[in-house]
Amino acid sequence: MTAGVEVGQKEHEDHSGSFLTRYVWSQDHKVIAIQYGVTAILVGLVALLLSALMRLQLGFPDQFSFINPASYLQFVTMHGMIMVVYLLTALLLGGFGNYLIPLMVGARDMVFPYLNMLSYWTYLLSVIVLMASFFVPGGPTGAGWTLYPPQAILPGTPGAEMGILMMLISLGIFIVAFTMGGLNYVCTVLQARTRGMTLMRMPLTIWGIFVATIMGLLAFPALLVSAIMMFLDSVAGTSFFMPAVMSLGEQLDHSGGSPILFQHLFWFFGHPEVYIVALPAFGMVSDVLATHARKNIFGYRMMVWAIVIIGGLSFVVWAHHMYVSGMNPYFGFFFATTTLIIAVPTAIKVYNWILTLWRGNIHLTVPMLFAIGFIFTFVHGGLSGLFLGNVVIDLPLSDTYFVVGHFHMVMGVSPVMVLFAAIYHWFPKVSGKMLHTGLGKFHFWATFLGTYAVYLPMHYLGFLGVPRRYYAMGGTDFIPESAQSLNASITVSAIIVAVVQLIFVFNLIWSLRHGKAAGHNPWQATTLEWQTPDTPPKHGNWGATQPVVYRWAYDYSVPGAKDDFIPQNVPDSAVEVTDKLAFAEAGK
Amino acid sequence: MAITLIILLLIVGSVIFHFTSVWWFTPLASHWSAIDTTIDITIWITAIVFVAVNLFLAFAVYRYRYKAGARAAYQPENKKLEGWLLLVTSIGIAAMLAPGLYVWGQFVSPPADAIEVEAVGQQWHWQFRLPGTDGQLGKADIRASGELNPLGLDPNDPAGSDDIIIDSNELVLELDKPVKVLLRSNDVLHNFAVPQFRVKMDLVPGTVSFVWFIPTVVGQFDILCEELCGVGHFAMRGRVIVKSPDDYQKWLAGQQSYQQYQARLAGDPEFGKAHYQVCGSCHGANGEGNATLNAPALAGQSAWYLKRQLKAYQQGLRGTAEGDLFGAQMIAMAKLVQDDQAINHLLAYIGSFAAPDVQPQPANLQNGQRLYRNCSYCHGKRAQGVYAMNAPRLSGLEPWYLSRQLQYFKQRIRGHHPKDFYGAQMSLMAQSLHSEQDITDVVAFINSLQQQQVADSNGGTDDSGR
Repeated sequence: MTAGVEVGQKEHEDHSGSFLTRYVWSQDHKVIAIQYGVTAILVGLVALLLSALMRLQLGFPDQFSFINPASYLQFVTMHGMIMVVYLLTALLLGGFGNYLIPLMVGARDMVFPYLNMLSYWTYLLSVIVLMASFFVPGGPTGAGWTLYPPQAILPGTPGAEMGILMMLISLGIFIVAFTMGGLNYVCTVLQARTRGMTLMRMPLTIWGIFVATIMGLLAFPALLVSAIMMFLDSVAGTSFFMPAVMSLGEQLDHSGGSPILFQHLFWFFGHPEVYIVALPAFGMVSDVLATHARKNIFGYRMMVWAIVIIGGLSFVVWAHHMYVSGMNPYFGFFFATTTLIIAVPTAIKVYNWILTLWRGNIHLTVPMLFAIGFIFTFVHGGLSGLFLGNVVIDLPLSDTYFVVGHFHMVMGVSPVMVLFAAIYHWFPKVSGKMLHTGLGKFHFWATFLGTYAVYLPMHYLGFLGVPRRYYAMGGTDFIPESAQSLNASITVSAIIVAVVQLIFVFNLIWSLRHGKAAGHNPWQATTLEWQTPDTPPKHGNWGATQPVVYRWAYDYSVPGAKDDFIPQNVPDSAVEVTDKLAFAEAGK
Repeated sequence: MAITLIILLLIVGSVIFHFTSVWWFTPLASHWSAIDTTIDITIWITAIVFVAVNLFLAFAVYRYRYKAGARAAYQPENKKLEGWLLLVTSIGIAAMLAPGLYVWGQFVSPPADAIEVEAVGQQWHWQFRLPGTDGQLGKADIRASGELNPLGLDPNDPAGSDDIIIDSNELVLELDKPVKVLLRSNDVLHNFAVPQFRVKMDLVPGTVSFVWFIPTVVGQFDILCEELCGVGHFAMRGRVIVKSPDDYQKWLAGQQSYQQYQARLAGDPEFGKAHYQVCGSCHGANGEGNATLNAPALAGQSAWYLKRQLKAYQQGLRGTAEGDLFGAQMIAMAKLVQDDQAINHLLAYIGSFAAPDVQPQPANLQNGQRLYRNCSYCHGKRAQGVYAMNAPRLSGLEPWYLSRQLQYFKQRIRGHHPKDFYGAQMSLMAQSLHSEQDITDVVAFINSLQQQQVADSNGGTDDSGR
């Protein structure tokens, strides 16, 4: 092990050469993380713009000449796919996973740095292909982010000519990128932890990312094969998903395929994907809460097991997205039961977050505000999920705005709350500068209140029965005029929220240059990434010697210790103790 | 303590919003009150949890906010507390799941005496089929479907010959009779949803799915497609009309069986010529149209469309809206050919005319082509009209007529009548033409397609509308 460390060290020194090898073709996990993060945020801004465009049509129908039924569906589709895959997955795993795994487990880098670099460039390629689909004849696909065949590849759906093929190719490339990155993350967590860092001493951030990555490695192949099969259906005339159908009045040559097979494959990926996004967020928010409440995470072991159990269960709930898909309705019994069971470990996590705050010493920093915002929105989104998971209640609510409200609350707003918490929390380590607190607080309040004003009313449009993915509602008897006013108010809130994100981007850029110097450990946190000899950490992370871990990640406010935190790499003997008896008692 | 205060306000605000919301479930019109009960149980349980958890959160944040010199407690775990929380949560979950599964058990087992009717979806309209006197539906396959057999019934299956074909977006059902709606799609995924009935299900090509319910209220209810099915998805509307037994029987007596549908009388142009004399005075001796008399060209138009329009005038679906002066003139004229046989003769005669040549007006054809993309899905790449899409031929119609009709659709002068589904659909689509210029451009592009059509039929097979 020691030998390995030294060799690694040499290699890293060799790399600190030109600008190109340091910042572009870099194999340093931190640079790759920033590349991933910046790309994901940029593409996320595109998706944010698309959501504003579709909200304009819904709030103020037919006022904007650049929106028509086809482009509306294209905005919806690209917004959804970009946000779920190219922003959330990439930023949480490619960005935070890359940055935090080696630092938090005390490694010098990922175990396969070259593969790691390749992963980013492949991801970038997938983004370029996706963005290019805006410029092909017919534009990007408008099949909805779920890309259901047969309509995804038939005329009558925007982008059925080339857009859908570009989407499938881009997804294929993304999955290759994810697999390279994912194998790296899993191997690094399993093989490169520093001395003393047992699995049950790992911060929950790492547990969340670790389990989510394993899930991604198991789930994404289902998407890959379905993308390949749909690609063949479209260009080679196969019939994997295509039964005998007409298209715009003409018989097609397909026969014998099953559209529902695609849905099973898609959701076998798609449901775990929800947790691929959620678990890293669960992990990171746990660490933010503990650090800023100066208190250990409550029920650490339970939290770890909850992550593992949620990860496992999430592979047997997928068909709850398909209650009204026309599959055998008897499946409903099984999937409703598994779906509601998964609520139990999830609820435990919520209790434990709040119990972590209980009897804490809560610093209302910007990351803490976002973390509290996360708890609130996650509780809301989780509870509305109990409606949709319970198969009979899904009958009236499926495909309405209730669904839109629910999944935006639970996997849009709440993970994004954590992402912001995490960015405000770790930016000082990444850049050495603090983000501006005043701008950060404004960003929090506008985002938190604005998104609630967007998504709470949507649940009620759903109760009413307003269907999603409608370009216009005109001429529906049961929908009152007031629904249009509500839609207008949602649009106004959404646009305010969208604009406020520019303030956040400004804060990032401004603080890089003008932010207050952060120092090594501005939050007085226990985990290893705050104990690096340099901030920002240099290539190789630890200078001459790797840290050794003596304790779990949550020794905050340990009785008898002088400071209210003890870093993981500090042995008991080095702790400044004021009350020996209490300290010894706590150690048990 | 802004955050505590705001969380409290959000809790109170959400509760107030909930109780004052005018956006709530539509009044139930089927027997599925059990679904509403399950929803009520879930709302109560989740609301209590929402309020309790967030109140605790707000209190914790307030009570344990940072105080200089204070120190947090050190409490890695509390097995007893965690055990209790696990238990209470599990009970709450079970209390929601159990009634849900019980009601789902009812949903998956429709009663044996339920009448089976069929709803067939296709981009972007509905058709329906009711069993005839034998009480059962015959076999069907989309590969057999065509203009005389829109639902693709198997001609060799005797069970199908008395099936009642409803080539309209309107399904009529009898009050208090359990009905199992078999769902079938001709092209892509669709969804049969009636908010007042609480149930919905996808239509999947290649398989048959179902919903069942007992309509309990006389009235009419929107059918919405709630599975994305392409650009016309939002305009795929239908309607269920629930009638009392007497009214239902009266309605049923007026419907056509598959057999009658097949035997629609062919027209004889010789007889039709006499009928056409009146029409010809405005529409021209050869159906070429006359702009000064505001009479569009009829030559070249598909017979099924002309027939539908004649009936629409007769039944007050067209020409009755305020502002439709020229349509109003047509009502009396349309009433001159009342019976089906006369209409068929007339249409056969009109069908013998050669389509007139129309010159496109100067306009921005590129913009027109961009705009026409959405139209092409139904009206065809060459604007030739597509029966299966309920879309008439557009090429060969004069610019003044096309522009006026687009304006009418946009202003709901056409498509305003509640029974005019196809007009209403077109009205929704026409909203995306934002300006006069858009209309001029798209009309010019449509007119330019006629020459291409001619070129196609002279051997050109280029199909590169893509």
